[in-house]
Amino acid sequence: MASSFTRILAGRNPAVLLAGLGAGTAAVGFLLSESGALSAESKRSLYPPSADFPDLRKHNNCMAAALTPAIYAKLRDRVTPHNWTLDQSIQTGVDNPGHPFIKTVGCVAGDEESYEVFAELLDPIIKDRHNGYDPKTMKHPTDLDASKISNAVFDEKYVLSSRVRTGRSIRGLSLPPACSRSERREVERVVVTALGGLKGELSGRYYSLGDMTDSEQQQLIDDHFLFDKPISPLLTCAFMARDWPDARGIWHNNEKNFLIWINEEDHTRVISMEKGGNMKRVFERFCSGLKQVEQLIHERGWEFMWNERLGYILTCPSNLGTGLRAGVHVRLPNLSKDTRFSKMLDNLRLQKRGTGGVDTAATGDTFDISNNDRLGKSEVELVQMLVDGVNYLIECEKKLEKGQDIKVPSPVTQFKK
Amino acid sequence: MPFGNTHNQLKMSYSADQEFPDLSKHNNHMAKILTPEMYANLRDKETPSGFTVDDVIQTGVDNPGHPFIMTVGCVAGDEETYEVFKELLDPVIEDRHGGYKPSDKHKTDINPENLQGGDDLDPNYVLSSRVRTGRSVRGFCLPPHCSRGERRAIEDLSIQSLDILDGDLKGTYYALKNMTDDEQQQLIDDHFLFDKPVSPLLLSSGMARDWPDGRGIWHNDNKTFLVWVNEEDHLRVISMQKGGNMKEVFNRFCTGLTKIESLFKDRGHEFMWNEHLGYVLTCPSNLGTGLRAGVHVKIPNVSKHEQFGEVLKRLRLQKRGTGGVDTAAVGGVFDISNADRLGFSEVELVQMVVDGVRLLVDMEKRLEAGQAIDDLMPEQK
Repeated sequence: MASSFTRILAGRNPAVLLAGLGAGTAAVGFLLSESGALSAESKRSLYPPSADFPDLRKHNNCMAAALTPAIYAKLRDRVTPHNWTLDQSIQTGVDNPGHPFIKTVGCVAGDEESYEVFAELLDPIIKDRHNGYDPKTMKHPTDLDASKISNAVFDEKYVLSSRVRTGRSIRGLSLPPACSRSERREVERVVVTALGGLKGELSGRYYSLGDMTDSEQQQLIDDHFLFDKPISPLLTCAFMARDWPDARGIWHNNEKNFLIWINEEDHTRVISMEKGGNMKRVFERFCSGLKQVEQLIHERGWEFMWNERLGYILTCPSNLGTGLRAGVHVRLPNLSKDTRFSKMLDNLRLQKRGTGGVDTAATGDTFDISNNDRLGKSEVELVQMLVDGVNYLIECEKKLEKGQDIKVPSPVTQFKK
Repeated sequence: MPFGNTHNQLKMSYSADQEFPDLSKHNNHMAKILTPEMYANLRDKETPSGFTVDDVIQTGVDNPGHPFIMTVGCVAGDEETYEVFKELLDPVIEDRHGGYKPSDKHKTDINPENLQGGDDLDPNYVLSSRVRTGRSVRGFCLPPHCSRGERRAIEDLSIQSLDILDGDLKGTYYALKNMTDDEQQQLIDDHFLFDKPVSPLLLSSGMARDWPDGRGIWHNDNKTFLVWVNEEDHLRVISMQKGGNMKEVFNRFCTGLTKIESLFKDRGHEFMWNEHLGYVLTCPSNLGTGLRAGVHVKIPNVSKHEQFGEVLKRLRLQKRGTGGVDTAAVGGVFDISNADRLGFSEVELVQMVVDGVRLLVDMEKRLEAGQAIDDLMPEQK
């Protein structure tokens, strides 16, 4: 595309030339666009990667820890097959410096291929976030056989509710940060059509966010099912809230214990939940539901994003592998006041949250306790770890009630390297 | 998003109807004007730096608007946006700017000698006077679309030029990311500090990316002339002081702007301007002069009069609260400013404010004295 005019311009500051042309009319815009002086290509050479490297000196997130000028220079001008770029991936981490105590991830994938095209950045982030898991050398196990779980019916004096969630992405379509409106609508269509095929205790209906009535909305809020437009800047800076509420919705079964969010932070979030302590049944329904949905989309020629190194592919690198968070709301009035509580959770590889979910505080003595890990252990392994951990915590609570002493358990082993 | 049309090719494999946004609950200029046919015509186009129609309209899609307040619902990513997407933007401009046609020419006049009066507004009523505008630097992408490298280049250019100003205009630059707590507090106390946008109208268009990188505030030592760098536009230029001497404020405004323009030219850069749209800014609502001249004026009686709205309309003025756009008035003190931006020159707009505020103060004095104001009702300007 280089003309002699372009070659002249390439060697000079284009702005000086503009001034020299006595530019004052919109026609100059056209002149320049033909010459390419203001084109994307010439801007990339006017501004080498070093000019664009973000200022991450006050940042504390996995992306800021991993991104070097050399990696940025290598990756800046690459695009994935869906035309997603590195700058778009890291925007959320640049815009949200993070917190000294909480290390956020700081980047997102725009499509399945992001994890390959930007592997030089994402592999170290994955390693950092997932306890040393090395995507180049390790394989992630997938296991959704709920029959392998034992001791998973908890004492309901302590466990008020049980829940398992994960996410699934539809292969071939861009992820929420990157998708166009038609891709997002296609995700909705594919998933809602498949869910229409669920039967028996899983049969249910879909509520589109944009079309729901006020009373439907109130019911969903009362059931604790409704998700709303993201307000967290971690998500809005990653472009996930665009075009809200277009193609977003909630599907749930008539029993109200199996629920799917469509086009929130991932293509789908799949949730199985019940009041009480029957985690076994919750996980059984979870696995059975997931398998049926997968079968239903296969029938129409679609599949979930999955591979051997990273397991199920989701928007946030923190959710790779199983994408699974299995948790309970549990009352631990004595244990939660014990100074050893945090250490116990660490060793059991569990985390506590408030009963409003991530970044909320606990009310009273009731905590949301769930697994820390997502990648490198299978679904069955993670749920069993959660089950064993919660059983241990309840034992400790009972001991403290009786005035007996408790022990901090030894750390659970990491995945085999 | 910076450089390159990262999404358009992919979207073209879907039909225009599949991509067309749902605007059924929307009330903004873009939603009123964008049709599926127009969208189909524009969706495969891009500006040279890669800005697309979806980039233009994202803020309007994400922010349906309000039944009473008509927002614009679209932004420019670069100077060429106004050409490449004229099919959408010309009608938006016509709708927003009182019927301004694609063939109309805009006059620029920043010669302060042409302003009549303005040094005589009663300071018992007019508490402060202010004039602001924006300027964009030709050759760079605008805040919704610029890369970090471009934004920093604009900041560097601005610092270099502003550092040369002297006399009444001599001042200092405060980069947002380097500010000390004391500096920050002082700037807040002076009502100078701008913060990271929270309005979803701005956030949805991508203007807050990389905050606070490349953003800052320059002001003169006398604290009467102020430049914001890389907020909603490349530059926002503000002249302000307590009291009612709008003439002095406007003098300083014009002198300062003219000096800054020539300093930029010395460095090989000019401002985006053309004879149809005047000064080119990010939001179509600020085209032309980009000028808002206003006062904080105490009009507790006039503002309660049933004809207040009609008076403002005829004077071509608008009211805001003393916190600026989208705030409420406190204690009968209103921010009164020109409603127009495009199709009138800077001098003409400031004249309207000066004459209009003088009239409002006269009305206030009459109402205070229990007298009627019917004979003071203005004609439609």
